[in-house]
Amino acid sequence: MKFAAKRLAMLLVTMVVVSFLTFAAFSVISGDAAAAKLGTEITPERLAALQAEMGLDRPLMVRYGEWLAGFFSGNLGTSYSYQQPVADLIAPKVLVTLCLSFLSFLLIAAVSIPLGVWSIRYEGRTGWFWRFWDIVRTVFNQLCMAIPPFFTGILLSWLFGILLKWFVPGQFPELTEHPGGALRYLFFAAVSIAIPRVAMTVRMLRSTIISEMRKDYVRTVISRGNDRGSVLYRHVLKNSLVPVVTFLAQTMAEIVAASIVVEQVFGIPGLGRMLVASISNRDYPVVQVIVVILAFWVVLASTLADLVNQQIDPRLRLGGAK
Amino acid sequence: MKKRILALLLLVSLLGTVLSGCGDGSTEQAPENGQTNGSTDAGTQGNAITVGIAQDLDDSLDPHKAVAAGTKEVMFNVFEGLMKPTSEGDLTPAIAESYEVSPDRLTYTFTLREGVKFHNGDTVTAEDVVYSINRCAEASETGVLQVEAFSVIQSVEATDDHTVVITIAEPSNEFISYMTTAILPADYDQQDTAPVGTGPFKFVSRTAQDSIVMEKFSDYWGTPAQLDKVTFKIIENADSILMSLQSGAVDLFAHLTSTQVAQLGSDFNVVESTMNLVQAMYLNNKAAPFDNEKVRQALCYAIDKQEIIDLAFDGYGSPIGSSMYPAFGKYFDDELSNYYTRDVERAKALLAEAGYPDGFSMTITVPSNYQPHIDTAQVLVEQLKAVGITAEIQPVEWGTWLSDVYAGRQYQSTVVGVDASNMTARALLERFTSQADNNFINYENDDYDALFAQAQACYDDAEQTEIYKQMERNLTEHAANVYIQDLADLVAVRNTLDGLQTYPIYVLDLSTVHYVQ
Repeated sequence: MKFAAKRLAMLLVTMVVVSFLTFAAFSVISGDAAAAKLGTEITPERLAALQAEMGLDRPLMVRYGEWLAGFFSGNLGTSYSYQQPVADLIAPKVLVTLCLSFLSFLLIAAVSIPLGVWSIRYEGRTGWFWRFWDIVRTVFNQLCMAIPPFFTGILLSWLFGILLKWFVPGQFPELTEHPGGALRYLFFAAVSIAIPRVAMTVRMLRSTIISEMRKDYVRTVISRGNDRGSVLYRHVLKNSLVPVVTFLAQTMAEIVAASIVVEQVFGIPGLGRMLVASISNRDYPVVQVIVVILAFWVVLASTLADLVNQQIDPRLRLGGAK
Repeated sequence: MKKRILALLLLVSLLGTVLSGCGDGSTEQAPENGQTNGSTDAGTQGNAITVGIAQDLDDSLDPHKAVAAGTKEVMFNVFEGLMKPTSEGDLTPAIAESYEVSPDRLTYTFTLREGVKFHNGDTVTAEDVVYSINRCAEASETGVLQVEAFSVIQSVEATDDHTVVITIAEPSNEFISYMTTAILPADYDQQDTAPVGTGPFKFVSRTAQDSIVMEKFSDYWGTPAQLDKVTFKIIENADSILMSLQSGAVDLFAHLTSTQVAQLGSDFNVVESTMNLVQAMYLNNKAAPFDNEKVRQALCYAIDKQEIIDLAFDGYGSPIGSSMYPAFGKYFDDELSNYYTRDVERAKALLAEAGYPDGFSMTITVPSNYQPHIDTAQVLVEQLKAVGITAEIQPVEWGTWLSDVYAGRQYQSTVVGVDASNMTARALLERFTSQADNNFINYENDDYDALFAQAQACYDDAEQTEIYKQMERNLTEHAANVYIQDLADLVAVRNTLDGLQTYPIYVLDLSTVHYVQ
């Protein structure tokens, strides 16, 4: 209970700090919503008049206070660019980005853990073939880590979209109307996000398992007659998972960052595109809400990771409850 | 505990299998618009097309408030004024059936066309016209932009249901060109988000950062649109644009680059027209060293327009020499395009005369979201090197460009394209008069101001055209800016479609587009 309260407080503080920093950043960069709205019709007089009308000439803290009060009373404000309530504007996009992030995460977890364990199986074997295999594996792993998601995105669109016609690049089906088609579309985007992270997770899991296997207790268990395989699954894997789970939680933040780029490549109407566009329009009511959602998302992921880790390793539970 | 972890692992891998299986099952649900690839069955597509656009309409959709060129370009299909521009660059009566000008040229009497309907079903009345013109003349409502040329209006009156009389203070040749201002229903306040006009297409919906949907307006007064539905799809990423065209998701895309067009393949026809922009390296005439005319002229001699067009645009584009582009026909003076030709020695001599024998360093500010301007700036940097000028490109965000360069005039030089809001020479030339609000280059020339006043007072079209040409020559001779080109506009149109008309202003008219039988 104490843990939950602590976490909740942390979440609130994070969100407030992040939203304030975003707000402050907007007052540092040049150009504001009024300027963006006026575009090439801008003149100093028009700008001043519109700024006054939109309330942008008031001090930063006043505007932030107003926004914060609105946020906590459930009023997310109105977009300057679209003149629509931010909530209406963002709700469908949250769903899309949530699906994309979740799919990517599942893919990363589902592929990297079995792959990492499998990569240990032939560890320590000698002979030219295994040495060669080791080189191939390392090179492939490095390659996957190095490929940026936007490039994989273009490659996948071309291969599965243009050549094989498994989906139509640029034609994202409405998520609520055609969930099947939309999920299939998102799957390809998720793959391009997942590839580098899978490579990282595999590498990390592999090295953790290898160092764990060298520990005394493993030697003892094996010398008592247990076979290598069952030791790996029953003891080593469990002990190796803690850092991996923590790493996966960090990955969550990276997925969100990558999805901004990948959404552009695949033409997916998600939060990322909205965020980028709103920043350049200085449409801060929209930017604020998106940033807070993303912050919430990342804090939530790390909280979940802690919970999972406590399940895996009881010692962490004691540490958390002191 | 072990079981729980095992179960978790199992669940995760199971989900993985299901999801990857999902990717294989491509046959169960055929892509809805997939047939667009086939050329034979035009009838099966429900007579709809998807048009790709590179930027969202993240603006007010109210035509009296919209600022972005991209918004006006698309909304051209929804709104009309008393008059409407034609693809040849003339004006044709639209909501007005005809108009008469009094002998003293001060009174315009517009007779409205019978039974013109708004998209909401209401009939256009003289009252709506009065409301719309007054709204733009007064600009008292938040966000409504004042039409400068309306400052001469003395009164707008509806004498009966079909007649509107506009009285102006001083005669003006160009007043009628501004009558393209959109006519809106008087008692409607949702224009920002759900616009209502009289055009061949009616607005259906907008999804932020995704799409805009329009449908054919069946009660249109003129030749109805040939398509039933048009979806504008926002695709910003250059690679995705190409991919969407090739995959069949998008049927038409304007403003492509020569590189993109080269990769399109045989499914598309390319319609080549002009962007109708004056692309130049605009110089802050008040910032050193560009406050010295000799330095500005030296820059003009230092650059080679054709080389820029060849290197950065694969040869597409028309060189220009002043603030006027070829599509304007009679106002365009081709002689000026070759007024300065590349002459490194002369440029160096001019620099020496101006007191910069060893050249100088300068900054070219470029809005980072416009690749053609960045490409141009890169060639410029190389060309300027030859005369000893070290130029540095400073890419800035569009918002920053607007507030610092355009409104604040805090810059040395910038590469952008300037467009005309309507088809008058005034729309391009007025901004360089010394008192103009949008004179972002700080150009101050008494002759120029005098010529402009003279042009405004002139009623004879030939004479006025001649004055405008003198103004253009003035800009060239004093090297107000380093003029470069009017960019080429390359439009990819799927070969099952035909009928696209191009205009000398920045609009995308879809009313004539149709499927080939």
